[in-house]
Amino acid sequence: MKKAALKRVRIADFSWLWAGAYATGLLAILGAEVIKIESMARVDPSRTMTFTMGQAFEGVDHSPVFNSINLNKLSIKLNLKQPKAVELAKRIIQISDVVTQNMRPGAMDNVGLGYEALKEVKPDIIMLSSSSFGAEGPMRRYGGYAPSFTSYSGLTNLTGYSDGPPNPMTGSTDLMSATTGAFAIIAALNHRQDTGQGQHIDLSSVESLAMFSGDALMDYIMNGRIRSRRGNQDDVMAPHNCYRCRGDDKWVSIAVSTEEEWQAFCRAIGNPDWTRDRKFSDARTRWQNQEELDRLVTEWTVKHTNYEVTDMLQRTGVAAFPSMSNQEIFSDPHFKQRKLAVEVEHPVMKKQIVLGAPWKLSETPAEVIKASPVMGENNEYVFGELLGIPSSEIKQLIDEQVIY
Amino acid sequence: MPDKALSHLKVLELCNFVSGPYCTKLLADLGAEVIKIEQPGIGDKARQRGPFLNDIPHPERSGLFLYLNTNKLSITLDIGTSKGRDILRQLIKQADIFVEDNPPKVVKELGLTYRELKKVNPRLVMTSITPFGQIGPYRDYKAHEMNLYHAGGEGYLLPTQSPDLTREPVKAGGLVGDCVCGLSSAIATLAATYNMRETGVGQHIDVSKQDVLMTMVLLEIAMYVNNGIVRDRLHRPILTPIPIECQDGYIMISVLSDREWRDLVKLMGNPQWAQDERFNKWLNRHLYADEINPRIREWAKTQKKEELFSKLQANAIVGVPVNTSEDLVKSPQLECRAFFAEANHPSAGKLKYPTAPYKFSETPSKIERTAPLLGEHNEAMYCGRLGYSKEELAKLKESGII
Repeated sequence: MKKAALKRVRIADFSWLWAGAYATGLLAILGAEVIKIESMARVDPSRTMTFTMGQAFEGVDHSPVFNSINLNKLSIKLNLKQPKAVELAKRIIQISDVVTQNMRPGAMDNVGLGYEALKEVKPDIIMLSSSSFGAEGPMRRYGGYAPSFTSYSGLTNLTGYSDGPPNPMTGSTDLMSATTGAFAIIAALNHRQDTGQGQHIDLSSVESLAMFSGDALMDYIMNGRIRSRRGNQDDVMAPHNCYRCRGDDKWVSIAVSTEEEWQAFCRAIGNPDWTRDRKFSDARTRWQNQEELDRLVTEWTVKHTNYEVTDMLQRTGVAAFPSMSNQEIFSDPHFKQRKLAVEVEHPVMKKQIVLGAPWKLSETPAEVIKASPVMGENNEYVFGELLGIPSSEIKQLIDEQVIY
Repeated sequence: MPDKALSHLKVLELCNFVSGPYCTKLLADLGAEVIKIEQPGIGDKARQRGPFLNDIPHPERSGLFLYLNTNKLSITLDIGTSKGRDILRQLIKQADIFVEDNPPKVVKELGLTYRELKKVNPRLVMTSITPFGQIGPYRDYKAHEMNLYHAGGEGYLLPTQSPDLTREPVKAGGLVGDCVCGLSSAIATLAATYNMRETGVGQHIDVSKQDVLMTMVLLEIAMYVNNGIVRDRLHRPILTPIPIECQDGYIMISVLSDREWRDLVKLMGNPQWAQDERFNKWLNRHLYADEINPRIREWAKTQKKEELFSKLQANAIVGVPVNTSEDLVKSPQLECRAFFAEANHPSAGKLKYPTAPYKFSETPSKIERTAPLLGEHNEAMYCGRLGYSKEELAKLKESGII
């Protein structure tokens, strides 16, 4: 980690759940020292269960979910219901660059760890507070999980079949909101590097996701049009869909964007008669008749595997790719060569496969160097080494359930 | 003290459509100087894509382009010519960051690889955003946002709760895939910039959009590869997994804890069916969801969306309406946070724009300048920055380089 981009950055991480933890997870992969401050009195639910997948895990150290979003981090136990713990938290913050938290707005202030209090301890601290709706506004105290803030953001309404119900996607939107948080922190770090000034960042998950539907928002603003969901369809391209292939629930996505690509596509599928039909003579008519077009394309794709279709079309310069299942991802040669998945040794779960950073930095590689911490794994290092508290005193703090 | 977070950074953008422009938009909205290099006469391909103002195609009135290019400067430059590439190298000499989204083959042919550009500016941070990255057998594959959403693994799982597998998997709505890739690229870019200003060393960042999108479903992937749990888009018994229809729209209710369940039952008027002891534990409620969900749906059908939203939240139950774009623009919450701000564009006129999802206490993000007209800043940059005379600029224009 000696060459990591953020190796001199320390983060006191009070965040939890997926939307909080992955923000600092990304920064930990970039080399920041992230100290997760947690407690047996308030266990991160991702240590014990996943609601979206309806799974409960044994104890607090058996969750592949927690492991995957808390890689490279350290963990200490601190029960913030105890005043002594709050004082210790401040001492950690004093030697940190960034503080993150995603409790409901006001909760950190209630325990005495609001931005104003922290600024007194560390004037140039950068603090990220993220919540479903943001820290201001009439709905600031409203709760939310990924499906709900995705729904409020407008993305749910835009996802799904045109004749089906709106769809809130998978838990991915939690990670997207977290990614926005990581960006905000690193922008604030760059500002502090330039000026020495810290600041507070108030992030709204709803707004993080609303940013991703700029086309639909501008269409409403400019033209008063309310867009709805429409499967894989595009504004102008056709064919532009997922097509059934040979095999069980196998699909390939195909997108044809120019006349040249359409000609190449026709050649690749053997120039059947229907391709010369007037209904498909130009981009506009193909788009207008896309349902029929999709049926005809499927007549060809079902005869081949999704990889065969991909290969045949990519050779001729047409965009095509399998709709990847998890199994297919792991057997894919490109995935293997890029080494996005890496193996880590978890102290309790042992061998775990996780996904690392989605970028390759040539000089300061973003690497997974360790699994997620077990609860309180780094009490010794943080309280002993960093804060210089003698071990007898640490023992007493444990007995008093301050370190708990 | 500068009132913008990134006003000390100079960025060059050589990108089209969404991912690259969204990456640099995030930087520009926080104060970085972003010079967008566009193809003479045509410009960023997003200019040709709608939605257009009043549905009339016009390169300065694409809502997509206007949204993705706020606070940027635009110059035209034909990098297909060697003179054009000379000029690009002069610009790179003065830049901190270079973001490009061209096929790896093209970059190599044009001599614009990081290895070449490093000679011009060793402090340069260069970010290449491509469908499948710079290495691997698919590096030259073409892919649009929809293809990548499916390549990344989430498409295969959507829509969740499908009644059967006869219908095709779908991508997420809006520009999600491309925007997330731009956002993620911006993180790595600024991390490298932070490092560059500390050490003086620039570097190249290879972003594979497929990799970015796969990391967005890393939890599904972890559960599959470590615990053997295979996901598809089929219906599974989960308590209220997708939005429920009310009288006048949809609402998403997420009842997870036992406390939330008890409060929901109370809110529904303590119906007899909900007293079933099997429903007391959260895991059971998922297990028996196919018994519970129809009852909740029946009840919701009698409610109005906004009223139910207030009632649920007043009882600390997470219930949220499924908003349309109109609902968002009219949301009192977003209005209070000034998420939309009006700005005046010389061609498209006064329009509202979504601004930023975060409030920086000291250096707020703002729209100081609407998206640039094609080549609007040619003179300012070529004459003001690079020192070309007006005559030279006219010549470059004549020869089609600018």
